Amino acid sequence: MSRLTLSDVTVSYAERVAVAPFSDTIEEGEWLGVIGPNGAGKSSLLRSIAGLIDHGGSISVEGVRLDGLSDRERAKRVAYVPQEPLIPDDMTVTDYVLLGRTPYIGYWSSESKRDREVVAETLDRLRLADFAPRLLGALSGGERQRVVLARALAQQAPILLLDEPTSALDIGHQQQALELVTELRCTQSLTVISALHDLTLAGTYTDRLVMLDDGVVAASGAAVDVLTAERLGEVYNVCVTVEVDPDDGAVIVVPRRGFPVRPSDD
Amino acid sequence: MTDAAADVAARDRVWFVGGGIFLIIALVTGASIGPAGPDWWRVPLELLNRLPLVAIDSGVTEAQWNIVWKIRMPRVILGALVGGMLSIAGAGYQGVFRNPLVDPYLLGAASGAGLGATIAIVVRGGALNDWPVNPVPVIAFAFAVATVMTTYVVGAAFGGGRTGATLVLAGVAVVSFTSAMQTFVLRRNLDLINEVFEWILGSLAGATWGDVRLSAPYVVVCSIVLILHRRHLDVFRVGDDEAASLGVSVGRTRLVIVVAATLGTAAVVSVSGLIGFVGLVVPHVVRLVAGSRNKRVLPLSLMGGAAFLVLADVPGRILENPAETPIGVVTAFLGAPFFIYLLRTRRISG
Repeated sequence: MSRLTLSDVTVSYAERVAVAPFSDTIEEGEWLGVIGPNGAGKSSLLRSIAGLIDHGGSISVEGVRLDGLSDRERAKRVAYVPQEPLIPDDMTVTDYVLLGRTPYIGYWSSESKRDREVVAETLDRLRLADFAPRLLGALSGGERQRVVLARALAQQAPILLLDEPTSALDIGHQQQALELVTELRCTQSLTVISALHDLTLAGTYTDRLVMLDDGVVAASGAAVDVLTAERLGEVYNVCVTVEVDPDDGAVIVVPRRGFPVRPSDD
Repeated sequence: MTDAAADVAARDRVWFVGGGIFLIIALVTGASIGPAGPDWWRVPLELLNRLPLVAIDSGVTEAQWNIVWKIRMPRVILGALVGGMLSIAGAGYQGVFRNPLVDPYLLGAASGAGLGATIAIVVRGGALNDWPVNPVPVIAFAFAVATVMTTYVVGAAFGGGRTGATLVLAGVAVVSFTSAMQTFVLRRNLDLINEVFEWILGSLAGATWGDVRLSAPYVVVCSIVLILHRRHLDVFRVGDDEAASLGVSVGRTRLVIVVAATLGTAAVVSVSGLIGFVGLVVPHVVRLVAGSRNKRVLPLSLMGGAAFLVLADVPGRILENPAETPIGVVTAFLGAPFFIYLLRTRRISG
């Protein structure tokens, strides 16, 4: 019950167009990876879905337009993890994850027993139960990332938006974080949309890629079709070779020395 | 898990009871010590005697009791209202702007009140008795509220509802503007500079039950509103964007909190003058000793700020007797070293 439909979504800041009309339908349980160079409009697209910035066009979850909902109702449907979450050092893990229950707590009320149970379950599921009483300032980068994810999951929204969820992590923790999202997506049938910088990881973990270039969709589809050396050279201005693993079809993007070969230069 | 939750609730209660006891001790101390009146130890006995169903012979004469009840008590209660309000407002402002250096005067409550008081003192001149009521608090209050409203309108016009930083910058501009106006008015009325200066330094001297009645309703209502927003202030700690993505109407909630903190601040400032330091530092001290959850920070700031200002008012009464040491001087003089000590011994986070 969580198909996300975007039709003609546009985002502009003053004169600049950040996202040109963007339309897509993301099915329940699907993981869409949004890739593209810095400033291509990835974050703007995610932020417009989260309702954080004004946008044109319409965004709806299972036919219900998000801009017609109250902030609280929208928050019950869409959870958002920004690229650099603000982590209050002196807050405990439990209190932080409890913030995810905000949409379910009335304006004047406090958290209920049910809210505390959801938080405990979420911490359990993310193997964070032992961390519950710890302060956020005392956690490592990888642990923090899991705690932030726990907060978003405690929101129990069917749509999860992740803006560069792995940008601050080493390769091992990147993999663990993405494996965790995969596991959760399958067990909770979450619809995930994430902006990703690492193209190989993006191709490996997501179902489908959308490549943005200057706010416009440059390519969309399976990783093997989107991630071609020529297109990456064009869009990212980078010199790469792309290899496809003959066994499992994984697309591996390898940076090479030199300047990109661009068709227009010929 | 529910055990842990119950545990947290129990510890909250310990803190609140502790804060309450500290406040009561401060109030009794404040009522007991002064340059005139009965021996200090007789006052607590007499206070007990005045409770229903208690009879103690304290040896306090009716004349002495009048000093305690009509001169000291309003001053002590007003000190508690002012200190409590400034501290809880400071905690609210710091939370909503996620800035540890913010105090309740940030958006112009103090400079506006200062300008209003200056104008009122100039207009009134020396002829205090010609006025049925003292115009200074009323006009100071009106100017304080008007100044903060100006800041809000300017900040919102250029920054949109969500950017706290624009609001803070608008506050800086508006505060400089009102301060400049105040200086201008003052320069043309140098004969009144002492009176204005006395007001600006802040004082609880000469407090009456009338002042208490004037400010108490604001303090009660504004404190309740702030405490009811404790959970929102926790959410604000993760940033405006995430607060919004968690379903909080950031602009509107911030407005409610700022309005409550500002009205309360304006109300106490207009009767006490500009007492600095309390609103900035007390919330930090509370966070350092009791943790950063606003469920604790707000009520403990209210109680701790009240107790701190009542106690800080005591040396001011007797140090330079019969002259008064300005309470703003005492709060900073006693508070700053204590705060530095806390910073040294405990880790602070922004």
